[in-house]
Amino acid sequence: MTTPTDRTADRTADRTAVVTYTLRLADDALVLAHRLGEWIAAAPQLEEDIAVGNIGLDLLGQARALLTYAGETEGAGRDEDALAYFRDERDFTNCQLVELPGGDFAATMARLLVVACYQYELYRRLADSTDETLAAVAAKAVKEVDYHRDHATQWVLRLGDGTDVSHQRMQAGLDLVWPYVHELFEVDELTTALAAAGVAVDPAELREPALQAVERVVAEATLTVPDMRPAVTGGRRGVHTEHLGYLLAEMQHMARSHPGAHW
Amino acid sequence: MSEPTRRDWPLWEVFVRARRGLSHVHVGSLHAPDAPMAVRNARDVYTRRQEGVSIWVVPAAQITASSPDEKDAFFDPAADKIYRHPTFYDVPEGVDHL
Repeated sequence: MTTPTDRTADRTADRTAVVTYTLRLADDALVLAHRLGEWIAAAPQLEEDIAVGNIGLDLLGQARALLTYAGETEGAGRDEDALAYFRDERDFTNCQLVELPGGDFAATMARLLVVACYQYELYRRLADSTDETLAAVAAKAVKEVDYHRDHATQWVLRLGDGTDVSHQRMQAGLDLVWPYVHELFEVDELTTALAAAGVAVDPAELREPALQAVERVVAEATLTVPDMRPAVTGGRRGVHTEHLGYLLAEMQHMARSHPGAHW
Repeated sequence: MSEPTRRDWPLWEVFVRARRGLSHVHVGSLHAPDAPMAVRNARDVYTRRQEGVSIWVVPAAQITASSPDEKDAFFDPAADKIYRHPTFYDVPEGVDHL
């Protein structure tokens, strides 16, 4: 029989797990939003600046909702800004795939295709989460990432099945991101426990549908699915590539130089 | 082999239907490599703030326009034909938007 004290302890443990899981989702969206934002005014054409900017803003919106929820659930008085701008590199738990430098436009579209296919399968399932807030964020986000998936698909098809040069660069882009794809589907104690409770989606369950979707596009684009060894992972534990620190320096600089500033 | 350049991307005219029941209205133009991308670019450029429920794109090169030089011959003769306007009828009450 559980005593009231035990139940409180259980709830605290659950709450901590939900915060950790929510931050992983939020950090994926936040960091990729920043990487996409780097393309604004640098994309191949004005129309693409706007398209990539829109996609980045969709992801930023998802990140804001998730960070706010993580902060509220944590109950330590941290809001979305505190979590986005005043955590250090080791506290970020995004996957390494989203922090890689953008590379060329082909690499950016290769990564977007993989992430969007993953997020689509993830959010579709998370919309049925027993956690009402996560379910609501996911239900809204799934329509957004469905469009991201389409946008990346259009470009991968055109570049892959385009000129010799575009084909080579599109394949090089895929090769660049592929070692980092596997981390998306990594399972640990946290995801296992939360998936069993109906809060989270088991990442392993997403591997087949997400990669099948990517591979369909890759085949149609006359490209080859890279056969490469997975990179060493660790993003979910705060272990990152050398690139995240520089990204955060740029993203957090303004908020840290002028704390509390607003316009 | 000649490298495709941005100049090769044709211009498209964009028409957006704001609501069901209204007609598509010209909103602007953009560059895109082909029609499917033109629709997507139009979605991103012209319907970011829920301006529409339907988009048409038309290659600008396919539009035949009246010439500004013919403006007088084309349009001025209609200026004094007031009998072409249905202003001599009393519109019954309750009939709007005629």
